[in-house]
Amino acid sequence: MSSSTARRRRPTAAFALVAIALLSTGGVYAVATSVATPAQAETSEASPELLEEGSQLYKTGCSSCHGLDLGGVPAQATNTESESQQNGPSLIGVGAASVDFQVSTGRMPVGASGQQVVAGRSIYNEKEIAALAAYVASFAPGPAIPSQEDLDTTEASLSEGGELYRTNCAQCHNFAGQGGALSDGTYAPSLGGVSARNIWNAMLTGPQNMPVFNDTTVDPDEKRAIIKYIETIQAAPNPGGAPLGRVGPVSEGLLAWTIGLGVLIACSVWLGAKAK
Amino acid sequence: MSTTQRVVDTTANWVDERIGAGKWMKKNLRKVFPDHWSFMLGEIALYSFILLLLTGVYLTLFFNPSMKEVVYDGSYAPLQGVKMTQAYESALYISLDVRGGLLIRQLHHWAALLFVASVSVHMARVFFTGAFRKPRELNWVIGVGLMTLAILEGFSGYSLPDDLLSGTGLRITQGIILSLPLVGSYLSSFIFGGEFPGTEFIPRLYSIHILLIPGILLGLLTAHLLLVWYQKHTQFPGVGRTNKNVVGFPLFPVYTAKAGGFFFIVAGVLTMISALFTINPIWLYGPYVPDQVTAGSQPDWYIGWLDGAVRVIPNWETVLFGYYISWNVLIPALIIPGIMFTLLGLYPWIEAKATGDKREHHLLDRPRNAPTRTGLGTMAISFYALLWISGGNDIIATAFGWSINSITWTIRVLLFVLPPVVFLITKRTCLGLQRRDRDILLHGRETGIIKRSPDGEYTEVHAPVDAKTRAQLMAVRDSDYQAIEAGPDVDENGVAAPKKGRLGRALSRFYFSDRVAPATDEEISEGQHHAADQLETVRPQSSITGGGH
Amino acid sequence: MLGVVGSEGEVSDSTGGELEPRPDNAPDLGPHELRRTDTDPVAAKRAERQVALMFAGSILATVLFIVAFVTIGLTDVINIPIIGPIGAQNLALGMALGLGLFLVGAGAIHWARKLMSDEEIVDERKSFTSDPETRAKVIADFAEGAEESGVMKRPLIRRTLLGAMLVLPLPAIVLLRDLGPLPGTTLRETLWRKGSRIVTDISYRPIRPEDLPVGGLVAGALPADLKIIEEEQGNLNERAKAAIILVRMAPEEIRSQQIENGDYQGILAFSKICTHLGCPIALYQQRTKHLLCPCHQSTFDLADDGNVIFGPSARRLPQLAITVDEDGFLVAADGFREPVGPSFWERG
Repeated sequence: MSSSTARRRRPTAAFALVAIALLSTGGVYAVATSVATPAQAETSEASPELLEEGSQLYKTGCSSCHGLDLGGVPAQATNTESESQQNGPSLIGVGAASVDFQVSTGRMPVGASGQQVVAGRSIYNEKEIAALAAYVASFAPGPAIPSQEDLDTTEASLSEGGELYRTNCAQCHNFAGQGGALSDGTYAPSLGGVSARNIWNAMLTGPQNMPVFNDTTVDPDEKRAIIKYIETIQAAPNPGGAPLGRVGPVSEGLLAWTIGLGVLIACSVWLGAKAK
Repeated sequence: MSTTQRVVDTTANWVDERIGAGKWMKKNLRKVFPDHWSFMLGEIALYSFILLLLTGVYLTLFFNPSMKEVVYDGSYAPLQGVKMTQAYESALYISLDVRGGLLIRQLHHWAALLFVASVSVHMARVFFTGAFRKPRELNWVIGVGLMTLAILEGFSGYSLPDDLLSGTGLRITQGIILSLPLVGSYLSSFIFGGEFPGTEFIPRLYSIHILLIPGILLGLLTAHLLLVWYQKHTQFPGVGRTNKNVVGFPLFPVYTAKAGGFFFIVAGVLTMISALFTINPIWLYGPYVPDQVTAGSQPDWYIGWLDGAVRVIPNWETVLFGYYISWNVLIPALIIPGIMFTLLGLYPWIEAKATGDKREHHLLDRPRNAPTRTGLGTMAISFYALLWISGGNDIIATAFGWSINSITWTIRVLLFVLPPVVFLITKRTCLGLQRRDRDILLHGRETGIIKRSPDGEYTEVHAPVDAKTRAQLMAVRDSDYQAIEAGPDVDENGVAAPKKGRLGRALSRFYFSDRVAPATDEEISEGQHHAADQLETVRPQSSITGGGH
Repeated sequence: MLGVVGSEGEVSDSTGGELEPRPDNAPDLGPHELRRTDTDPVAAKRAERQVALMFAGSILATVLFIVAFVTIGLTDVINIPIIGPIGAQNLALGMALGLGLFLVGAGAIHWARKLMSDEEIVDERKSFTSDPETRAKVIADFAEGAEESGVMKRPLIRRTLLGAMLVLPLPAIVLLRDLGPLPGTTLRETLWRKGSRIVTDISYRPIRPEDLPVGGLVAGALPADLKIIEEEQGNLNERAKAAIILVRMAPEEIRSQQIENGDYQGILAFSKICTHLGCPIALYQQRTKHLLCPCHQSTFDLADDGNVIFGPSARRLPQLAITVDEDGFLVAADGFREPVGPSFWERG
């Protein structure tokens, strides 16, 4: 038997094989599900070509739920999941910002129906998203996508952003933007990896159950401050060591019981065992 | 004579001439301590406590327990210019501006979590092995007291930095105090020095945390340890171990090295955990403001079961002539824990009533040999665990994508369904294990050797068990009790059965109706000889006698 | 009589603290198994070296702690794969000190296990119950002392002493009275009264109704005079009662409200203090109009009187009636009509 065959037949070989399989599967999955951040959208008037492209994309990807006239499609009588809601709500007046948010975060088009639409990888590229947004916005005025200047947080106050975040956002999204549970299976998602533009879009348009924090409730300066705080906290190092998910005492308690007690009990067993 | 020897002699002489240490030394230098890893659990608790004292002193050198409001001007940019109390500011200072401050603060907090965890596990070990029986009932009660104080101490400690998370917890505490009938609003006003949050509570909590409770803890802990020392530690049954002796290793040098070394192990592991894992990042929470809150607000783990109880209780409240009785607060926050701690404290006497046993017990039970006790213990743990899980229901909902409403309802149902099921399964398992142990004594252990007889019958050869295993298996007799059957209400002369002792008899039936009668000496020796003969037929002059089951 | 089964199968009533030796467990501890280090001097020497190495390692670690303390800065960061950027100083100080401590312990235990004698020794337990002579003497001494004091013959002394001892703890309780003021009416009152202007938290801006869109939330609103009062009083007490939220829904979506015409064009104001245990509650789910408390998941339907629809809270969330003033800013139309926050006995 050759040495390589002998190596393959060892018990550890099976373990190594499984480990390799798991790691490669995980790695492929991680790469495949990373969301592409869209580039900044144009805020200039939409050209006829853009609107035409948007119209085509809309007809094929969106009209079945939102109607050819953007007026929404009422729920079917047999559809018990959306009794009092339409199959797809009206898009009149939702604005380019809504479309930008929903489509670029992959929430729309909806994959599987459930309590809440789930973010994922967007099936459209930046140009297509811009086209869709322009098309929907052309039907009625609505919240606009923020410009580069809108999102420039250089002058924004970090500490005011923190205070605004803790008053307006932390109760749903958690003190560090890790997300939180809402009623009946819905949730406020984690803010990890969300672009500044989409944070703005979400505040502005109030997607799903999120309230609408428009520019008169939370003005643009305040929005910039909040975005600056979120980005700073997300990127900040953890002075005390591994952050354990930044969800508070639950994960800390789990660690104390598993690793803390586990290691110490292992040491106790070692201590008490008769030496050979 | 070497220098070391001379120094030791001179010192020992000096001490002996003044306090007669020689007598005490003679008795205790070679005091015997039994050896089992589970006896170290209480030591983890003790050493965590010492670490808490040491790190706590360090923290008091920097912490400022004042609720005076200041504007932050320290090194942490996201809080620049934010209003906060001096307590929070000083906690930030320790964490971010003092070299080693964060390490000591994290060590203090991790040690606190581990302190209560190890106390709980230690208590479970004492419970499941019956170490609380006579003469150790008093020590058990002291232990329950220590556990309660540890929980209170932890709660007061993590509330001191006055951050958003712990402040929310204080608000909830105030709400609980308010709910007390008749006196609630008065107590709340006295405790907080007026309205919530006021400016008095953190300083008051500070003196409770660094003086009052540690003082009581030290006193009770000393009593606890003195009792263990004086009564001698219990031991597991085994070869040469009886109810009248203690078998193990001497205090000096073995236990000095092992137990002393274990302190450094606990300290080292906790310090390394504090190096690697963040705990309680107060700079991320922000200062406590009574109109801000974070999603996923939980207390530290040892309060989690109370928070869980408060979440899962239905919204029962009675209003009588404008007076409010908030069952939805009183039941989970006061009545349930009150009942649980009372039952816990009284348990040695409850069981003593069932067994009627007035002997001293120094040999520990294997949990399987006390099925009802073990079942009650696992039942209580399952109830506790459900409440604990309920405390993190929103974190669980977020992690698994479940509905918090469904989780709440599921736990409400499970709280009634699961504990009895756990009790039954545990008890049945214990009885089954007892039967297997008895079989091993009666028939020997399985060897895996199959013998074929001339007429084609296959049997497995059994071997006798070694002395150590035999001693362990036979220990079941110490835990064996018989239920007292319910007699007739009226005896043959028309005299009614005495009321006294009725509870004891009922308890006895509850505990011991299901009993696996232990094998007698004759049955055992006959069975072991038979197994030895069997073994001889396949392995003449075999040396296969060792090994367990 | 409660039963105890003895080793011969007999059932006996066992009283007293007598300990019986068990016939099958003779004090013989069985053969002592020697360790490698007991028989092989090379193994023993190796174990000795291992212990010494651990102790020496501890010394090194302690020195490294001091070096790290002096050289690594508070804000230095180290990037660990998977975990991300963490504080370098805490990591270095903690691992150095931790190893320094751990190795001492590990060395001591290794020493005990491998090199110290592991022959088990036996000690006898003595029964705790004192012998009859001692007990008799104690009882006699006690009786003699009681006789000398005459306490049993003089009930007047006994009873008045008992009375004095029973009453003496009372001053301790009475002394605690000045821990705080009587609650008075504080639990029923907030800063809100008719005409109080509503401002946003943090920025203290007044609010016009047109500022708030349908589906919108002002997650923190306060009475305009709170800022000054808070500075004067130096505490957060008024804020803890006066905090409110504003939500806006289409007027026809309001199925029922606590105060007739308490809304303003679909804008509703509610207390932000949960009626369960006082957590601030602002998780507004705009499609369902449900307000969720993050602490214990009490859920209120803001389109329906603020009633509780799930969770442990027993009472609805109090509504604050609002209107606009002549400048067009939102103001309270009235104070709260019921006490805000958790229930208390005399809530009434």
